[in-house]
Amino acid sequence: MALDHEAALAVTIPDLAVELERGRLKSFAAAVGETDPVHLDADAARAAGHPDVVAMPTFVFSLDLERPDPFDYLDALEVDLRGVLHGEQSFTFHAMLHAGDTVTVRSRITEAYAKNAHMDFVVKHTDFLRGDELVAEADSLIVVREVAA
Amino acid sequence: MTALPTLDLVPGTTLPPLEIAPISRTTLALFAGASGDHNPIHIDLDVARSAGLDDVFAHGMLSMAYLGRLLTGWVPQERLRSLGVRFVAITPVLGRPTCHGTVLDVTDGLATLDLAVRLADGTTTLTGTAVVDLTEGPS
Repeated sequence: MALDHEAALAVTIPDLAVELERGRLKSFAAAVGETDPVHLDADAARAAGHPDVVAMPTFVFSLDLERPDPFDYLDALEVDLRGVLHGEQSFTFHAMLHAGDTVTVRSRITEAYAKNAHMDFVVKHTDFLRGDELVAEADSLIVVREVAA
Repeated sequence: MTALPTLDLVPGTTLPPLEIAPISRTTLALFAGASGDHNPIHIDLDVARSAGLDDVFAHGMLSMAYLGRLLTGWVPQERLRSLGVRFVAITPVLGRPTCHGTVLDVTDGLATLDLAVRLADGTTTLTGTAVVDLTEGPS
C-alpha cells in the first residue's frame, strides 16, 4: 500500500520536554566507548569550563525517542514498521548541551514522496530548544518499504 | 579560544582513524538502554530470527556516535557545526568498524569533511559529511 503523502505532511507530533539526566549522558558516553572525561564525570567537565557533563553530539537523537511511543506517527499513517529503515540522519549544532538542561523536542514531517512504486521517503525535521534558544536541529530520512501481506 | 588541531587543514588532509573494538552483544544492550532505541532487532535474537535474519545487528546510530567521537577527538565539540550520514550497510555483531575522515574543503574558516565508517572486511557501513568551524571561539 502506497503511503498517503498528504496525510504524512499533515501529521502533528506533540512537543516533548525532556531533562538531560547526568547519569543518562554518562551511560551513553560509556556505551559508545568515549574516554573524554567531560562526557563521563561532572567534576572533570566543570574543570574544563562546562557547567556539567557534556552531552555527546548525537545524543539529541535520543531525546526524540523519549516519547512513550516514538513511532506512533507512522502507526497513524498505517505504515508497517517491519518495512521501515533509517536511511539518513543529519544534525546541525548551534550550542552545547549539558546535564541538567531541559530541552523541548519539536518535530514535524517536512517531506513525503514516492521513491518508486514500492518505496516511500519521509523526512522528519526536529528542532531542539532550550527555552527560546534553538540548540540543535535534526533531519531523519525514513524509508518506508512495502511489506508483503 | 580553544585549541585547534595541529593538522594542516588543506583538502586531502586525513584525520587519524578511530578504530573500534569488535562490537559485542553487551555493547548493543548498553547502547539500546542508554540511547533509548529499544528496537528488539538489535538486542533480541529471537526477534531477529522471526524477521528472517540470522542474528541481531548494530544500531546505525551507534556507528554515527563513533563518527561523533572521531570528530570531537580531533576538534573541540563546540566547533562541530553539522554532521550528516547515510546508512549504507548494517554492522553485524563482532563487526570491527573504523571511522575515517578527510578534509574536502576549507572555505571562510569552515572545514568540510568527508566521512566513512568501514568494517575490517572493507564493507562501508556509513558515509557522511561534517562541517567544523575553525574561526570562532567556544560559544
